[in-house]
Amino acid sequence: MEVGLNHFLIVSTILFSFGLYGIVTRKNAIMVLMGVELILNAANINFVAFSSFGNFGINGQLYALFVIILAAAEAAIALAIVLNIYKTFSKVNIDEINNLKD
Amino acid sequence: MLDTNIINISLVILLLPLFGFITVVFFGKRFSKLYLLEVAIIVAAFILSLYVGYTKLTTYLHQDLNFSFTWIDFGNVFGKGSMHIDLGIKLDNITVIMLFVVTLISMLVHIFSMAYMEGDKRFSRYYSYLGIFTFSMLGIVLTDNLLMMYIFWELVGLSSYLLIGFWYEKKSASDAGKKAFLTNRVGDIGMFIGILILFTNYKSFSFDYIFNQISNGVLPFGSEAWLTAAGILVFMGAVGKSAQFPLHIWLPDAMEGPTPVSALIHAATMVAAGVYLGLRIFVMLTADAMLVIAVIGAFTSFFAASIALTQNDIKKVLAYSTVSQLGYMVLSIGVGAYTFAFFHLVTHAFFKACLFLGSGSVIHSMHHEQDMRQMGGLKKKMPITYASFVISSLAISGIPLTSGFLSKDGILAGSLAFGHLTGHWLIPALGFLVALMTAFYMFRLVLMTFHGEPRNKEKYDHAKESPFVMVMPLIVLSLLSLFFWYTPNPVSPEAGWFAGSWVKTPHTVVPETSRFNFMKSDIMTEQDQTSEHNESGSIVEPEEEVVHSEMYMHAMHWAHYPAMILSLVLATLGILLAFVMYQWKKISPDKVTNTFNKLRLYNGSLNKWYVDEIYNSTFIGGTMVLSRFLSWFDKYIVDGIVNGTAAFTRVFSTISGYFDTYIVDGLVNGTAFFSGSIGLALRKLQTGKVQTYIVLVLFSVIILFYLIGPF
Repeated sequence: MEVGLNHFLIVSTILFSFGLYGIVTRKNAIMVLMGVELILNAANINFVAFSSFGNFGINGQLYALFVIILAAAEAAIALAIVLNIYKTFSKVNIDEINNLKD
Repeated sequence: MLDTNIINISLVILLLPLFGFITVVFFGKRFSKLYLLEVAIIVAAFILSLYVGYTKLTTYLHQDLNFSFTWIDFGNVFGKGSMHIDLGIKLDNITVIMLFVVTLISMLVHIFSMAYMEGDKRFSRYYSYLGIFTFSMLGIVLTDNLLMMYIFWELVGLSSYLLIGFWYEKKSASDAGKKAFLTNRVGDIGMFIGILILFTNYKSFSFDYIFNQISNGVLPFGSEAWLTAAGILVFMGAVGKSAQFPLHIWLPDAMEGPTPVSALIHAATMVAAGVYLGLRIFVMLTADAMLVIAVIGAFTSFFAASIALTQNDIKKVLAYSTVSQLGYMVLSIGVGAYTFAFFHLVTHAFFKACLFLGSGSVIHSMHHEQDMRQMGGLKKKMPITYASFVISSLAISGIPLTSGFLSKDGILAGSLAFGHLTGHWLIPALGFLVALMTAFYMFRLVLMTFHGEPRNKEKYDHAKESPFVMVMPLIVLSLLSLFFWYTPNPVSPEAGWFAGSWVKTPHTVVPETSRFNFMKSDIMTEQDQTSEHNESGSIVEPEEEVVHSEMYMHAMHWAHYPAMILSLVLATLGILLAFVMYQWKKISPDKVTNTFNKLRLYNGSLNKWYVDEIYNSTFIGGTMVLSRFLSWFDKYIVDGIVNGTAAFTRVFSTISGYFDTYIVDGLVNGTAFFSGSIGLALRKLQTGKVQTYIVLVLFSVIILFYLIGPF
């Protein structure tokens, strides 16, 4: 059995689902960030898979590169936010941080 | 200018009593002697009117003095032409004589009242009322138009109401005042309609202008029937004021007022106003109107005399005798004896004022006893009152050498001539019958009061002659009841200056076809001349008498001596009968009473022929029933409608209130509640947890995928 596009898409879907699951269920903000990384990487797999199997040239791979850079920047900013949250609330458990409600 | 002076002086005479009234009514309480000012004013007015009368009757004997000004100018009324209301005064011979009579009697009454009303708690108010009464009466006398006449007419009504009800603490007095006022109103309505008929047609109230128009052939609504109607309607005012038959009922009741007031109102002034009005409108009376007036007068005169026969109250006898004598005057107007109507008005004013004041003197000395059955024998105690009373009684009975003889004879001759010329014999017949009755009841009064034995010893012992201020007017008035003031010849009034030259029958202005045959003028040229003079304006010079044709003059001459002899015989007979019954007691009055009472005549007369009772059960009862019905209507129908509307409104507003509370408020509250619940429900979503939002976004995206996606 040859590895085709569908396999890549299935892997990326599973990865996306794990990421989403992580975002929704984890209480720790760091873990949520990690879920976000998983989703970004699922998207990357999709970009690369479509680039490789479709007729789009290397556009997909370039976008994947952009996403990796963006993910690095995002991680830096997100971690800064998490640090600030920790500074403010002395915790990173996002279940208990519901100030948006007010 | 002498005539301007005269006019000005008569205006002063008119306004003086008004000034007195205003001063006394406002300051009388503070200055108790202020009534003397009112007395002084009336004396001044009397002297001035003496001067006016003298000048008018010497310098301006054949000339009327007029003065008028525009009171209200309506300008050019659309569709009616120019309209304005003029006021003014007119001095002719009867005006100045009336001026003299009114001020003289008013003055004597003022003087008399100084003693009679002494100690009354509203003394100064009494004088102020006399003032306004004199003012309004002088207004009637002086006016030259119907509007002013009507205004002063009502003022007389008002002031008579005040004077009759002067002792208003007595129920009977205040009732009498009301009765006089209301009864007069009935007549005044007729007068008012009559004036309106004339004004509608002639756009003027002025006597002279209206009469000119009629004599130029301009008739009200173009018909002689309307002229007759206008004459009778205006005369209705006189029926009320002069107490003629259907409306005579107020006068006897008006005796509740103070006696000097009775003398003023019921002798010289108020009741004479009606006759005076009759004389003023005499020239526009048609034959039919005159016949109606003559019949009213004759009937009233007889009717009242028949009541006077049996009355026991001294003032009631005089009251009914006044009504009877006024009936004579009205009768005289009706039969065309203008001069004698006025002559009798003047002579009656004097002797009736004397009788009233004399009765006042008696009542005063008897300590307000008015019942003749309590009197008797006062001759010795009160000689001056007695003498003046007898002279006036002779005058009213028509005994020669008195003024009453002259005027009454004239009236009877006039009515006899009228009967002869028209065939209405009932009128003179009633007139002569009344002459008999008058003589009888007047001497019944004299004999019961002054002759015989005192019936009430206690009151008799206290009686004494009245003070000078009370007997002085009596002396003056009884002297004026003698013949020589009016004519040098005691049997012929025409020979004197009064009936001979001062008072002339004016020229009638009604169309030939509505005159009595004997009043048609024979010489047309003379009539033309007169109307020319009328057109020329203010100065009207009466021509020689053309109003009565030769026929009437002949008839008057023919009737003169028979009437005189007949009336003399009847008067003597009446006096004799009174002596027989009350002095010599040959015939017992009780027996006569019983004989007459077999036909219920005595009780009928004693009870005034039940006129009051009839009015009570018809007009007053009818009014009561009507007003009760109206009150019922008001209470149940009108109030019902109002209350029904109110109830309906209340029900409606209750419903509307419920609607507001439950529907409108419900909608508003419901909306609010709905928003609130939705908000509460949605609030649950806003957890503030990022993850929840993410889940929601996820599900939303999935739902959107399904909704708009390609699947």
